[in-house]
Amino acid sequence: MNIPEELRYTKEHEWARLEDGLCVVGITDYAQGELGDIVYVELPQPGATVEAMGEFGVVESVKTASDLYSPIAGEIVAINEELEESPELVNDAPYAGGWMIKLRPTNLDADWPTLLDAAGYAAVLAESGAH
Amino acid sequence: MQLKRTPLYATHVAAGARLVPFAGWEMPVQYAGVIAEHRAVRGAVGLFDISHMGILDFAGAGVPAFLDGILTNRVTDLQPNQIRYSLVCRPEGGVLDDVLVYRLPTHYRLVVNASNTDKIVDWLEHQNATQHWSLDITVKNSELALLAVQGPAATTLLQEMVGTAADLAAVRYYRGAQAPFLGKEITITRTGYTGEDGFELFVPAADAEAAWAALLAAGDPYGIKPVGLGARDTLRLEAGLPLYGHELDDATSPFDAGLQKFVRFRNRQFIGKEALLQERRVGPDRELVGLELIDRGIARDGCLIVVDGEEVGVVTSGTFSPTLQKAIAIANVETGTALVGATVHVRVRADLRAARVVPLPFYRRER
Repeated sequence: MNIPEELRYTKEHEWARLEDGLCVVGITDYAQGELGDIVYVELPQPGATVEAMGEFGVVESVKTASDLYSPIAGEIVAINEELEESPELVNDAPYAGGWMIKLRPTNLDADWPTLLDAAGYAAVLAESGAH
Repeated sequence: MQLKRTPLYATHVAAGARLVPFAGWEMPVQYAGVIAEHRAVRGAVGLFDISHMGILDFAGAGVPAFLDGILTNRVTDLQPNQIRYSLVCRPEGGVLDDVLVYRLPTHYRLVVNASNTDKIVDWLEHQNATQHWSLDITVKNSELALLAVQGPAATTLLQEMVGTAADLAAVRYYRGAQAPFLGKEITITRTGYTGEDGFELFVPAADAEAAWAALLAAGDPYGIKPVGLGARDTLRLEAGLPLYGHELDDATSPFDAGLQKFVRFRNRQFIGKEALLQERRVGPDRELVGLELIDRGIARDGCLIVVDGEEVGVVTSGTFSPTLQKAIAIANVETGTALVGATVHVRVRADLRAARVVPLPFYRRER
């Protein structure tokens, strides 16, 4: 299972990456594997704001729907429009082409330290019995 | 509660399947992925372990008359190796289960939903005792595995494996045959739950692993894939086939679910007959309709159907259709409120989303 060292994670299986002052968010390789074939990603409109660990969307696989939680508080400045036509990008490249939103952080100094590093996220998965 | 395991449990684990609890069993929900498995069945052939289905065998004097008094479909005129779909109803007409009844050369068999096996065995034993039949009703799941081989290549593949001893192409839909398979005679039936041509095989539990491996090996040139319960559900939904607990339950009558052709009234008595006759006279107040979402999103089981601001029904099953590449759903609505061609709304989370009412089934194979 792929857990890149340079990212930060939530216990709800989102990842976050800082890039040019913005925070890019997606779901982890583990999450996409658990969901199975992803067929629809519902994302907010740019301009919407979200709290840390607030819901920002829904990802739907063939089998089930799963809420998406924002790792940090912020304003949504961009969404991955390619997911509308190609939601399978989340399965194929969860940390790259499958990214979901870009946020302008509003409370980064407080929020960022609450996130898990790769080892911390791996420990969460190990605890939950993930294989 | 300890989950039950089919004789193929270790095989599924070794194949890397994701196993989930289902109706008291630990079952593979997917191997490679639901969409790839679904496509294998539509385009080639898929192999399913459905050994969780309850297999009930009957022995004693008067079995066909006993079953004919319980099932909504006629049992007494079944020919050897003929199979029928039927409902089991309460006296009030609600559906206890939907089942297949088999007249095998030596005895009668029912295959019932895994989730209803205990309930149906209790129901049958109650009738057996109170009506003084003294029949032997045996759950065969510890002795038999049930495999489904489904898809356009199923007949060719199985014919290769049984050789010249049986002509499977000549076995009609809902008929069966006894054929040699890996050195033993087994019952093979032309039945399934996918909307494709295919067969189901009753295999001795001890031979299940060998049968599974042999089918995958012989099916490899045809592109066979093992298929889990995830794709079994998307396949049956596209084919408009009901699933107990979704389209059917004990508050739903066969008429509500459009299954009137499996209720036979003439010259027979069965549990629920009076209530169903009454319902046939007045007409059902509910019906099942097909929906295709126009707006984005996926309608799931439980989503409300809204027409002109009024709630008229509820989604019973919904998914993304791998064949049609759109979100589809079956909904239970008040009769006449959602006619084919109309646009209705489905409440998905907070939003109302437009959906078109379409005929069932969503998918019909070319013949």
